[in-house]
Amino acid sequence: MPTIALQARHLCARLGNAKVLQDIDLDLPAGRWTCIVGPNGAGKSTLLKALAGLLPYTGQVTLMGSALERLPVRQRARTLAWLGQNESCPDDLTVWDLAMLGRLPHQPWLAVPDAADDLAVEQALRATQAWDWRGRTLGQLSGGERQRVLLARALAVQAPVLLMDEPLANLDPPHQADWLELVRRLVVNGTTVVSVLHELTLALHADELVVMDQGRITHQGRCDVHATHQSLEAVFDHRVEVHELHGRWVTLPRRQI
Amino acid sequence: MTDVGRQSRRAARLVGALLALGALLVLLGASVGSTGFERVWQAWRDPVAWQIVWDIRLPRTLGAWSAGALLGLAGAVAQGLFRNPLADPYLLGSASGASLGVALALVSLGVSPFAETWLLRVGLTGAAFGGAVLAVLLTLLLARGVQQTLRLLLAGVIVGVVLGALTALVMLFDPEVMQSMQAFMLGSTSFVGWTAWWLMVATWVVCAALTWMLSPVLDGLSLGEATAQSLGLPLVPLRLALVVVLALATGAAVAQTGLIAFVGLAAPHLVRSVAKTTHRRLIALSSLMGGVLLMAADVLARGLLAPQELPVGALTAVLGGGYLLWLMHRGDAMAPSRGS
Repeated sequence: MPTIALQARHLCARLGNAKVLQDIDLDLPAGRWTCIVGPNGAGKSTLLKALAGLLPYTGQVTLMGSALERLPVRQRARTLAWLGQNESCPDDLTVWDLAMLGRLPHQPWLAVPDAADDLAVEQALRATQAWDWRGRTLGQLSGGERQRVLLARALAVQAPVLLMDEPLANLDPPHQADWLELVRRLVVNGTTVVSVLHELTLALHADELVVMDQGRITHQGRCDVHATHQSLEAVFDHRVEVHELHGRWVTLPRRQI
Repeated sequence: MTDVGRQSRRAARLVGALLALGALLVLLGASVGSTGFERVWQAWRDPVAWQIVWDIRLPRTLGAWSAGALLGLAGAVAQGLFRNPLADPYLLGSASGASLGVALALVSLGVSPFAETWLLRVGLTGAAFGGAVLAVLLTLLLARGVQQTLRLLLAGVIVGVVLGALTALVMLFDPEVMQSMQAFMLGSTSFVGWTAWWLMVATWVVCAALTWMLSPVLDGLSLGEATAQSLGLPLVPLRLALVVVLALATGAAVAQTGLIAFVGLAAPHLVRSVAKTTHRRLIALSSLMGGVLLMAADVLARGLLAPQELPVGALTAVLGGGYLLWLMHRGDAMAPSRGS
């Protein structure tokens, strides 16, 4: 297994006429949780989409040692799972059916789900504590509950690399804590997790932090080192401060007065 | 029993109900007509009654089912493909495109739209199909893809109006075609014979098989473009295949029965109101629902002002329009996803 799960070299991407990513070089270690942070418009989501091959880019992206654009689409889909920001959610599908969509990369055309698919979906729904609502339709769930089902859909892919853009949207604090535990378990089992988070205190629980500003990476490093904290404070114009609390790192707004 | 099982059982019960209702309507359709209500089993003894039932009422009734099934299927595909619960073949302009295709074919061939020869039938179906495909492509072009719902519907309306106007112009230049097209524009099953029925059934089999294969794409698309792409679905060719299915189903139905509105819109909504399910089942159920709706409308069109007959397309437009107004009033169709 390669030590680098995702690699970018000279990566550039545009949204319309605007150049959003500018010459990004990035190595994301395998079997670790890396969190991408930065102010609004820094290019975090665009970077994540480019790494997933979901938007046009120039430069090179390598997934588990293979050039991303050369990987067959289904093999790529089995290797890299994606959970998007504000993913649309069809009201009429049941929780079970929606999570089963995560198994599409594994199913041949015309095949009905087999026992392995059923097991993967059950494990994913149980991991996100959505198992009890498996027969409900999405229209019957709250925003936070839907987010857990969408996460289950991504987990059901059982890909070695999992990319998540704002996965904590709509989740209440206890379920944010559950999400942290889940990510920890995934990483222990060898999954590479890359997420974009706005919740800086939760982001500081990751193994590594990638700090972005204006389409560039300003810093990449472990979450428990001073240089990372300085970089984090700098991209937010020193309006947040990183503090230690009971052996963990938290961010607080800087007092203005 | 789990909730999952409950939804499956609901879908299964709906299939049973639609098949039973369909059989009942076939019997009713074979019995009702301008000559009065005739018991089908008496037709075995009376050659004239037999001819009326076998040559006129039965192909017409089964033709109504086939056209409705094609429109129900097309409606479910359109709503899934464009991720818009208000999309139907008519609203996307494909029906207007199909009718322009038929009008142009009639001008060049100089025949009645309900001519009973295989060659002409295939020619008209081909013209309707070509018109439907071009209209959908034009709508997509104007809407710059399928991402913006409002733009898509607006583009569909514009294409429908423009192609409708072109059809009117074609008819104006050729009065013989205008007369032939009148019944076509109002929608009618009264000229459907066995040949037309066979063509529609054959098209339905092809479209049903294709949509069965392509249904996972529609399920994936319901999660959004990026997620569908991340699931390994080659969206461009698959979308194209779905547009072809949409155009083929609409074109085949419109070529044989004329413009029949709202069946494609109402059928998937009615199915969803009973059973929540994946596109594979939704499309099959919508097809059955569409068949039953059009057969019921056809029987009503024959029976409401008997012995005079109403154009079935006008009837479905009135009933379907009412249904659409009710949907808008209820607000479900246009409501955005819940955010909290």
